Amino acid sequence: MPTDSLAARVWRTDIAGAGAFVSYVVPRSPSQTVLEVVTYIQRRLDPTLAYRFACRVGMCGSCAMTVNGKARWTCRTHVQAVARDGVLEIAPLANLPVVRDLVTDMREFFDKWARAKGHLTPTTTRHDPLARVAPDSDKRRAVDAGIECIGCGVCYASCDVVRWNPRYLGPAALNRAWTLVNDVRDGGNRERLGAVAGDAGCHACHTQQTCTERCPKHLTPTAAIAGLKRLTALAALRGELP
Amino acid sequence: MSAARREALLWLASRVSAMILALCVVVHLATMIVAVRGGLTAAEILGRTRGSMVWALFYGTFVIAVAVHAPLGLRTVLGESARWPERVLDMGLLLFGILVLFTGLRAVVAVTMA
Ligand code: SF4
Ligand code: SF4
Ligand code: FES
Repeated sequence: MPTDSLAARVWRTDIAGAGAFVSYVVPRSPSQTVLEVVTYIQRRLDPTLAYRFACRVGMCGSCAMTVNGKARWTCRTHVQAVARDGVLEIAPLANLPVVRDLVTDMREFFDKWARAKGHLTPTTTRHDPLARVAPDSDKRRAVDAGIECIGCGVCYASCDVVRWNPRYLGPAALNRAWTLVNDVRDGGNRERLGAVAGDAGCHACHTQQTCTERCPKHLTPTAAIAGLKRLTALAALRGELP
Repeated sequence: MSAARREALLWLASRVSAMILALCVVVHLATMIVAVRGGLTAAEILGRTRGSMVWALFYGTFVIAVAVHAPLGLRTVLGESARWPERVLDMGLLLFGILVLFTGLRAVVAVTMA
């Protein structure tokens, strides 16, 4: 193999859902991303390869895959940074069912956001004046720290507790719940804190921070989860947990 | 009590007992280091602890914190790895906690009561 090419081992599944790595030789190019490698294979070598992407610029959260053993957003991951001895191993995200090849079924991941009450419960109507939230208030800062989540599932695929306990809501859903807990416009906290407590919720987290380490947006779901643990404990003491 | 409330309160119990333990362990280790200077005998220890309300309270608190903290830690580990039915696990750990409390307090009584 010429040195200006890359050996890509890509997870392929058959009609029965069984999978194996298949090797492809892909030419290197400057600033090449992992997503470009996958796209090259699909366009030039094997049009049956299934994968998912949309924005290509790190906004939509649809392109995450397991690259050389770690979950990453592929559109913003340079081959140069992750290839080992010219080899790139590309697999679907862990902890999620595989639909086909590199495509996972994200339903459970997003259903958990709903279970964590990840929606705003408004306290006013459109006829009321807009809420004024001071940008430097503590609560607004807490929201800012977690609001840029793109729902890529990298944290969820990296979390050992998700693997052991399939009911665990996971870092992204709990991070979302924490942004709403700190949203002064929201009125759903009683229910939400009840939904995120317990061994399927924040109390299952080991605080080992793999999610925080891997989040491509540099969010800290672990800190959000620690915040939820504190608030649910306070709410339980006050008898406010449903 | 709802599962959510129970888990939140158990988490709090585990954290509070951990804080107490951190303090107790430091005092315990410091005492040991200071006490063993110039040799250590059973008579020496008992001379210090017998009839001392302060040491009785200190080690009593220590034992209670252990009896709360250890079963809660085991509960998490076993809950994840052993997958016993929840009731069996909780009853077993409750018994374990009581055993720790009983044997621990018995030892405290033995070394502090004159
Ligand atoms: S810190 Fe918690 S949520 Fe994050 S990876 Fe570890 S167990 Fe999962
Ligand atoms: S918290 Fe980070 S890793 Fe997790 S889904 Fe959001 S952006 Fe992705
Ligand atoms: S393709 Fe949208 S984040 Fe990668």
